[in-house]
Amino acid sequence: MRYLAPTTLDDAIQLLSGDPGDCRVLAGGTDLLVRLRSGDAEPDSILDIKRIEDLRQITKEDGGWLIGAAVSSAEMNEHAELKAAYPGVCEAADLIGSTQIQGRCTLAGNLCNASPAADSVPAMVAVRAVARVAGPNGTRDVAVEDIPTGPGKTSLEKGEFVASIFLPAKPDRSGDAYLRFIPRTEMDIAVVGCGLSLTLDNDGTCTDARVALGAVGPKVMLVDAAAEALIGTKLDDAAMQALSKACSDAATPIADKRGTVEFRTHVAGVLARRAAAIAKTRAEG
Amino acid sequence: MALDSKQVLDTQQFKIVGTRPLRPDGIDKVTGKARFGADITAPGMLIGKVLRSPHAHARIKSIDTSAAEAIEGVHAVVTRADFAEITDDDATADVLDNCMAGEKALYDGHAVAAVAASSGHIAKKALKAIKIDYEVLDHVTDVDRAIADGAPVLHEGRADESVPEGSSPNIMARYEFGHGDIDAGLAQADQVIERSYRTEATHQGYIEPHACLAQMSQDGQADLWCCTQGHYMVRNTCAAILGLDQGQLRVTASEIGGGFGGKTTVFLEPVALMLAKKSSRPVKMVMTRSEVLRATGPTASSSVDIRIGMTKDGRITAGFAELRYQGGAYPGSPVEMGSMSAFAPYDLENVKTVGWDVVTNRPKQAAYRAPGAPMAAFAVESAIDELAKGLGLDPLEVRLKNAAREGTKASYGPTYPAIGLEATLRTAKDHPHWTAPLGPNQGRGVACGFWFNFGGDTCVTLNITPDGTVTVSEGNPDIGGSRASMSMMAAEELGIPYNKVRTIVADTGSLGQNEVTDGSRVTFAVGLATIEAARAAKREMCRRVAKVWGIDEDAVEWRDGAVHPTGHNAGSHDPMTLAEIAAIASNTGGPIAGHHEANPEGAGVSFATHMVDTEVDPDTGAVKILRYTVFQDAGKAVHPAYVEGQFQGGATQGIGWALNEEYIYGEDGTLQNAGFLDYRIPVASDLPMIDTVILEIPNPGHPYGVRGVGETSIVPPLAAIANAVSEAAGVRMTDLPMSPPKVLKAMQDK
Repeated sequence: MRYLAPTTLDDAIQLLSGDPGDCRVLAGGTDLLVRLRSGDAEPDSILDIKRIEDLRQITKEDGGWLIGAAVSSAEMNEHAELKAAYPGVCEAADLIGSTQIQGRCTLAGNLCNASPAADSVPAMVAVRAVARVAGPNGTRDVAVEDIPTGPGKTSLEKGEFVASIFLPAKPDRSGDAYLRFIPRTEMDIAVVGCGLSLTLDNDGTCTDARVALGAVGPKVMLVDAAAEALIGTKLDDAAMQALSKACSDAATPIADKRGTVEFRTHVAGVLARRAAAIAKTRAEG
Repeated sequence: MALDSKQVLDTQQFKIVGTRPLRPDGIDKVTGKARFGADITAPGMLIGKVLRSPHAHARIKSIDTSAAEAIEGVHAVVTRADFAEITDDDATADVLDNCMAGEKALYDGHAVAAVAASSGHIAKKALKAIKIDYEVLDHVTDVDRAIADGAPVLHEGRADESVPEGSSPNIMARYEFGHGDIDAGLAQADQVIERSYRTEATHQGYIEPHACLAQMSQDGQADLWCCTQGHYMVRNTCAAILGLDQGQLRVTASEIGGGFGGKTTVFLEPVALMLAKKSSRPVKMVMTRSEVLRATGPTASSSVDIRIGMTKDGRITAGFAELRYQGGAYPGSPVEMGSMSAFAPYDLENVKTVGWDVVTNRPKQAAYRAPGAPMAAFAVESAIDELAKGLGLDPLEVRLKNAAREGTKASYGPTYPAIGLEATLRTAKDHPHWTAPLGPNQGRGVACGFWFNFGGDTCVTLNITPDGTVTVSEGNPDIGGSRASMSMMAAEELGIPYNKVRTIVADTGSLGQNEVTDGSRVTFAVGLATIEAARAAKREMCRRVAKVWGIDEDAVEWRDGAVHPTGHNAGSHDPMTLAEIAAIASNTGGPIAGHHEANPEGAGVSFATHMVDTEVDPDTGAVKILRYTVFQDAGKAVHPAYVEGQFQGGATQGIGWALNEEYIYGEDGTLQNAGFLDYRIPVASDLPMIDTVILEIPNPGHPYGVRGVGETSIVPPLAAIANAVSEAAGVRMTDLPMSPPKVLKAMQDK
């Protein structure tokens, strides 16, 4: 097995697209190294992107934030401005694995691992995050929800990888939140996850909303009906109930060792309601 | 010299016992220097790995190892064909079959072959090159389905004589305990409850995976280093399986990263020895976490039916329990101890338990902290709680009314000497926890628990060094602070400071037979032997000094760490301290030591009462443990911090068992959650600080009054938590674990 550690993005693209065999991108390694150890993955090469300086930065761009693919969850959560702007995305990243894992794991890795239960993905989708994909034919921007296509599968072409995540600017009086359900209090994987963002006008009416669910389908699910249940309302009880129902209606979970269909369907609605209440408080400032 | 071995010291007289000195293994453990099983290496060693069955039940038609053997770097491949059959001892034959499958693979993860290679990478490659022709058979993993008509049969004709004719062939044994007349007792009751309860299999969850290093010479001498709760057991079992003399196999126990009963048998060790024998090289084997969960010894799952009758004022008139435990693919589930312990806390005129030992296509169970008792207590203590609440009675009062006391004839036969159940209940009732207010969606539960405790074969040698320090050699791996406790008891007895004593765990070549570290026996039995060894050394020191002073042996006495003249004929002599006697030992007859070998009776049963507050999230069914208090009789707490740790550890493992831990098998009979991600033991943030109250009702069977404390603490939690959750959720929970989907469904269905 070859270990490659380029220091520039161009070198990384060249190495990845030129590799004749199975070459895997290594960011934090919190999924890949576990697969190697268990024998689930036996790649020919590993391309470590952590030595590419640009990919380790959190930078402001067009009023939003660009987060390099090698930025760890812990680094995000030590960035006061980023946390203030996107508390939901940061708290989702802060839920992944354990404190030790959070020192390594990345948003881009969480996205490209393509687990339906990934914590940061519904949170990113809720804030219209964009994956900046680098590849031999240049760079393209892809909506985060279009990266995973199913469990363990992505829309990335051979030679492409996610170089950074862009969180676009958001209007005033906006708030985001992410909640997940796990049977323990930490060190676990979402049985259901819900990322939600909303914007209020000055009299408290919801003018925009995005609701994304995790672990209730083969990939992250953007629930338009849930957003519609909130938009135009003052987030009163009726709106919250409609939100819950829309999420439960949209959920198409499987039953497995982590939860039943019935349970996941119900809890999707519960989490959406609770996440909306948090996002509302944040939007109100 | 007055050294009565039965003398019980008054608690006020202790100088060291009852204090909290630093643990001797602490610094090495927190700095990473302690050597655990996987830390042992030898020059030229190979890495051994095991090929495991992917099927829950399959006949092994053939195994072709030739391709694996042909790989460069592969030094040995072992299958069952390498081992001689064991015909004279069914229990050892089962251990061998569990370590290396014979005719059939009996569960997902069952070992079917092993290799030793010059690297782990080559060993893995070799495992893939082994070709096995399986005939896949129907399987069964559920205890009740295993005894239903038409269930797949694991073993034909293995049932013992206790099993009635016509029973399911998957029933291996039947047990019955009790006295009185159940029907007559139930007829006297104002209310009778009939309920069924189920618990899932749980794993001990020790952090350290099994690991060993084996070495065998051409002349039959062998050495084994391993992580175990009993290296003498490892020696005896491996010697029987490998056909070695016990005296030729020396086993050294490493530091141990948890056992809780799960390391009281062997899994890798006979295989490692056989690989070492075939390769003539040292062979090291370390399990992965997935192997630990798939193929070591979780505890039984259970299905229990209960009938209990109670009068309006809370008197239990009769108690009946029928218990079915599956202990995996071989006989020996802990249903016998479950049947014995189910009603042990109560003074009952009419009591009966019937236990059924069932086999299924799951790994062979091993002991888990008070094996068999927590599931039985879950059923009995849940039913008593429901009866008490149904009659509008205080659940603590009801338990006090029926509590076993000194002189009670226990449900399992014996009559109790002085015991501490009543003290734990009264203390619980007076504790501020009992009357603290509860909020919405919150509930409080209590339950009692019992464990037998145990003595067992024990050897201790205590040596006095020329500079007057003391070394104690004992034969039990230290899983709960026993080195500190032995040093404390030796120092107490000899009247020297704690830091002048060092206790080591000696290898099997250094002492006689020692029972494994089980049955909460070590502080009791090894402690007793340590005290007796110290007393033997004191007697010898008295003799030496009498000789030096030229007076009779009965004219000297041991007091405060020195020999003093005593009586009017002794004359005037300055007392001689232990260090002074040690310094001249060479001239008074040679080195001074004391030793003691015994199989002590009188372990002294132990009781506990647990109290817990829980909150249930009405929208998700998630349970939070808000407050937890353990009340337990320790006899005498030698090192109270360790005793508290045992109380807290048992409660914590019980919380996991009650709420989220379970072996989950798929339709195909394979384990779905062979890792700590989906086998959910509690993490620190799941728990409140577990409060402890140590009660000390001295055990008359121990010189200092010590009772075992390690196991009782896991007996009450399942029921205590179920009682609390049932109150918080407003619906009675009878199936463990009370995972969120189950609790939510119960609340929605009520």
